[in-house]
Amino acid sequence: MMRFFLAALVSLAFALPAAAHPHVWVKATSELVYAPDGSITGIREHWTFDDMFTAFALQGVESKEKGKYTREELAPIAKVNVESIKDYDYFTYATVDGKKSPLGDPLPDYSFDYKDEMLTLNFTLPFKQPLKAKSLKIEVYDPTYFIDFELAKETPVSLVGAPTDCKLTTELPHEMTYAQGKTLSDNPEAATNWGAFFANKIMVKCP
Amino acid sequence: MVRALLKCVFVIGCFLLVLATLDPALAQFGLHASPGPEPGGFAGWILAEQAKFYLQLSSLIRASKADGSAAYTLLGISFIYGVFHAAGPGHGKAVISSYMIANDETWRRGVILSFASAVLQAFTAIAIVGIAAVLLGATAHAMGNTVRVIEIVSYALIVAIGVRLLWVKGGSFLRLLRSERHEHHHDHGHAHDHAHHHHDHGHAHHHHDHGHDHHHHGEEEASAWGHAHAPEPQELKGPHWFRRGFAAIVAVGLRPCSGAIIVLVFALAQGLFWIGVASTFVMGLGTAITVAIVATIAVGARGFAGRLAKAKPGAGLLIVRGLETAAAAVIIVFGVALLTGYMVSERLMGV
Repeated sequence: MMRFFLAALVSLAFALPAAAHPHVWVKATSELVYAPDGSITGIREHWTFDDMFTAFALQGVESKEKGKYTREELAPIAKVNVESIKDYDYFTYATVDGKKSPLGDPLPDYSFDYKDEMLTLNFTLPFKQPLKAKSLKIEVYDPTYFIDFELAKETPVSLVGAPTDCKLTTELPHEMTYAQGKTLSDNPEAATNWGAFFANKIMVKCP
Repeated sequence: MVRALLKCVFVIGCFLLVLATLDPALAQFGLHASPGPEPGGFAGWILAEQAKFYLQLSSLIRASKADGSAAYTLLGISFIYGVFHAAGPGHGKAVISSYMIANDETWRRGVILSFASAVLQAFTAIAIVGIAAVLLGATAHAMGNTVRVIEIVSYALIVAIGVRLLWVKGGSFLRLLRSERHEHHHDHGHAHDHAHHHHDHGHAHHHHDHGHDHHHHGEEEASAWGHAHAPEPQELKGPHWFRRGFAAIVAVGLRPCSGAIIVLVFALAQGLFWIGVASTFVMGLGTAITVAIVATIAVGARGFAGRLAKAKPGAGLLIVRGLETAAAAVIIVFGVALLTGYMVSERLMGV
């Protein structure tokens, strides 16, 4: 009986944190920035938001010319948005040679661009220190799936200054294979992270 | 004592499980069941449908600008979106259902509570955007701060409702438990355990000296639990149910749905605020239907349990009171989880 109760409680606990549906859509492109010595220093991200979120974020923002916003005019909301996603680790998760590697706070050069009625957030997440990785995996997703991230169709990721023998591959969400689904179902812990189903994976292998 | 505790635990466990299955948003652990390539089965489907309809809202609002008939389509889609959206978190299904179970309310009242809270929810969204954005020209950040304050109030109210119910229902459950144990304790042979317990409470009673005379043994124990007399369960029934239900309506309906706020601001940016207002209300009707259905299922389940219990005199009533107590506990769990941020209902980025 005790076990039954525990099972019920545990399943509820697992179920609680997740479960929203996306209210915000992001098309993402990323640049992986390397130092001259071949170590990766950070990830420069460009997130283009959907028109509804754009209108929402722009609410109350003054602009000199109607329908146009300069980077300066958008600077305050860029700050607000960048700061508000700190708690979510900027929705960017790096794994270096199989180990999670925390990323630092964005460099101060973040900005918003407004084009075609859509906002694009540009920011760079630095690694704590530049590092060389045989196998680097970067995932971009919202674990609670409130924001739907999707890598852009054309050149979603580029390597900037990376050693020429590094190989880049990307894996889009919504493409879970049977094997992956099976792994997940065998590993209940993974299922707590609902949004991870919709993760965009960027992988770089260097010899 | 141990047996009674286990009984309690069992009832709560059952209840949590039923709740988790009732709520597709919570039924995420159903994932393990289907090793197929599709994430999430029912929950995944609900998510996908919601996302699809939500995305259509923006293009339909745009279209309404040029073509009035698109507004009708918008209202239709808003309604369907509402129905699906309520399946997700933040629309009080769990709180209202638990409230229905704890209070032994009729399904008709459940439907009224569901609709009233959904309408209130639409109102708060419109009021926030109407006042903050339209009148004051406030930023999304300012609106977000407003929503956060409202959230805290509404979550605290949920906890308060749960505590009040737990006090009432738990009190009568404990009294029932004690009196039953008192009658049978020779048979069960828990005399030592019982006496010890009694001594503890007697001591506490003298210490706090709250000046009531206790003749009935069971009542004394129950009062020691809360240092006050729990009102009779009947107090929560009767003609004043709506006034009491009002707290539940406010607790659930006060917090606006972030989707509605985004839609309203988007409509405002397109110069079509009133279209956004209409869409929000129709969305509310849709969510009300889903919440009402879930509440009705909860009432039905409780009625079924009640009938089963009637067949077992004595223990039956205990089970019903236990169920009500568990439902009250669940409301507290939800409120605290929301209040502490362990359970994120819905949040807005960049606010």
